[in-house]
Amino acid sequence: MTLFDKIWNAHVVKQIDGGTDVLYIDRHFIHEVTSPQAFNGLTKRGISVFRKNKTVATADHNVPTENQHLPIADPLGRIQVDTLTQNCADFDLDLYGLGHKYQGIVHVIGPELGITQPGRTFVCGDSHTSTHGAFGAIAFGIGTSQVEQVLATQCVLQRRPKTMRITVDGELGKGVGAKDIILYIIAKLTAAGGTGYFVEYAGSAIRGLSMEGRMTVCNMSIEMGARGGLIAPDQTTFDYIKGRKFAPQGADFDKAVEYWKTLPTDADATFDKEYTFDAADIEPMLTYGTNPGMGIKISEKVPLPSDLNNAASFDKSLAYMGFEKGESLLGKKVNYVFIGSCTNSRIEDLRAVAEFVKGKKKAENVNVMVVPGSQQVRLQAQEEGLDKIFTAAGFDFREPGCSACLGMNADKVPKGEYCVSTSNRNFEGRQGPGARTILAGPLMAAATALTGEITDVRTLLS
Amino acid sequence: MQAFKKLTSTAVPLPIEDVDTDQIIPARFLKATTREGFGDNLFRDWRYNADGTPKADFVLNNPVYQGDILVAGRNFGCGSSREHAAWALTDYGFRVVVSSFFADIFRGNSLNNGLLPVQVSEDFLHQIFTAAEKNPNAKFTVDLAAQTFTIEDTDAVFEFEIDSYKKMCMMNGYDDIDYLLSVKDEIEAFEQRQVGVF
Ligand code: SF4
Repeated sequence: MTLFDKIWNAHVVKQIDGGTDVLYIDRHFIHEVTSPQAFNGLTKRGISVFRKNKTVATADHNVPTENQHLPIADPLGRIQVDTLTQNCADFDLDLYGLGHKYQGIVHVIGPELGITQPGRTFVCGDSHTSTHGAFGAIAFGIGTSQVEQVLATQCVLQRRPKTMRITVDGELGKGVGAKDIILYIIAKLTAAGGTGYFVEYAGSAIRGLSMEGRMTVCNMSIEMGARGGLIAPDQTTFDYIKGRKFAPQGADFDKAVEYWKTLPTDADATFDKEYTFDAADIEPMLTYGTNPGMGIKISEKVPLPSDLNNAASFDKSLAYMGFEKGESLLGKKVNYVFIGSCTNSRIEDLRAVAEFVKGKKKAENVNVMVVPGSQQVRLQAQEEGLDKIFTAAGFDFREPGCSACLGMNADKVPKGEYCVSTSNRNFEGRQGPGARTILAGPLMAAATALTGEITDVRTLLS
Repeated sequence: MQAFKKLTSTAVPLPIEDVDTDQIIPARFLKATTREGFGDNLFRDWRYNADGTPKADFVLNNPVYQGDILVAGRNFGCGSSREHAAWALTDYGFRVVVSSFFADIFRGNSLNNGLLPVQVSEDFLHQIFTAAEKNPNAKFTVDLAAQTFTIEDTDAVFEFEIDSYKKMCMMNGYDDIDYLLSVKDEIEAFEQRQVGVF
């Protein structure tokens, strides 16, 4: 059996007509944007939350990233955050809201608090819930109607997806990291290539990643249409979880590890689809278009449309970005850099950027925003003095939240401007109306910050 | 949820691929705490200029195209899980979305809101676009019981697939939550069996 099948099977309450399963959910994360209508639904039906200790709430999508101690200036944003606070009080749920020492992006705080554990099922009204799959768990995003279902019954109705394995073997080159692996995979499979599948990432290049790198990979599974991605738990996983707030303690931890060790895919298991890639073929990656499947290696040029059926959509996308077919992106002037989001806002990301920019200054033309994923990440960065490095480089080190990843709060990229961003979506207007997003890893973003133009980070590495 | 059985209508063609939910309803309009009113901002940045004036070249601003059916290019609804996308489409007045391929979460969200996603072949999708472009008054019929989509001008019929449970829900206007609440005893029994494992 595969890792996925083992976990899924252990959570099927029952199967109903036509192959839909009632799937039990071990932990449920909620945030301010996709939950209010679900609570309204419960109130209308006059029912309470079924398992209160299995839902955890935080405020992240729509919070300001400066002066978080002050009332939120945007009235609609304030209502949304206040509504979450009220709902959590009314329905008696744990909330790590603004000002709480555990507040942060939902997919950053789950793992760092030890809530995310192998073998469990997780859902959240957010498509990047796939992040938690890095621990060898089934985790996927749901809509608000399903948030209501989980609050009411701790279950969702779900068709069993097909399984895919993506193996990446070999050594990563200099300046190439987890973000490049996943951008490379999505560029190969396209933005719809994983639809209908759950993906297991395997191979020596994946096993060699830290937990944070694995989260970066699983995070973007949704960007190729896959509902989720997962990686077999191993010693790296166990070491990460040990000692965290909600991790099993003492003998319970050892017992849990025994169970977690039974989860990896059996040698004779088969997948509905398999792909294999060579890590040595991956370079620092970046996107040129308006979906995450439109990615190239830094040494490559903007391609021609892959099939003529989508030529019109392709042209529309390039026109939006202001790029030409066949041109290189190297040397393009960029005025905005965003380092943050649930893809790349963890302490290792900030450390990598800080190490790279230490003692240097950003280029004159660039605005650089560094937004840590959680209060804990922010504190850790301060303890390590990373904040001072950022400030000395001219970067704006802010308070935690989703920020310019989706431009719901005040952190937006102006119309027509390019932004090299460590987030996960380069859709039209994602970072603000008319904003042009170029997705890349933290090092490529840092390199752009220093030069003010798209730069191959490898040329700046000693 | 509103029940859906059968519908004959003109269609609104949107021949663009990979339409993501950030286009259907941009994040900055997700600040409401109710399900209503999102239709005004459906396709906001394709539909309106920054100053709020309508963009003449966008199909929703073209009075020639009206109807309850939206027809779009492949991989419709990719990206964010926001159910607001389905709410915006239904609030605007659409009852059916047709594409050659839907993103998973969007498909599920639509079905939970009485918006029927009809997946057709790439070839049939082009037939629909052609029919609608040739004659904006062309009529199309969606029959959920028979699982057919018919181009009335050409009598071309496509038999689409839908999960039998979901079909029953759509035809009767049932929500998943009604079903889940009805099996709560079994959920509790499952929890008893699982004690100590998770
Ligand atoms: S950081 Fe971006 S992608 Fe991640 S949860 Fe927030 S809005 Fe979604």
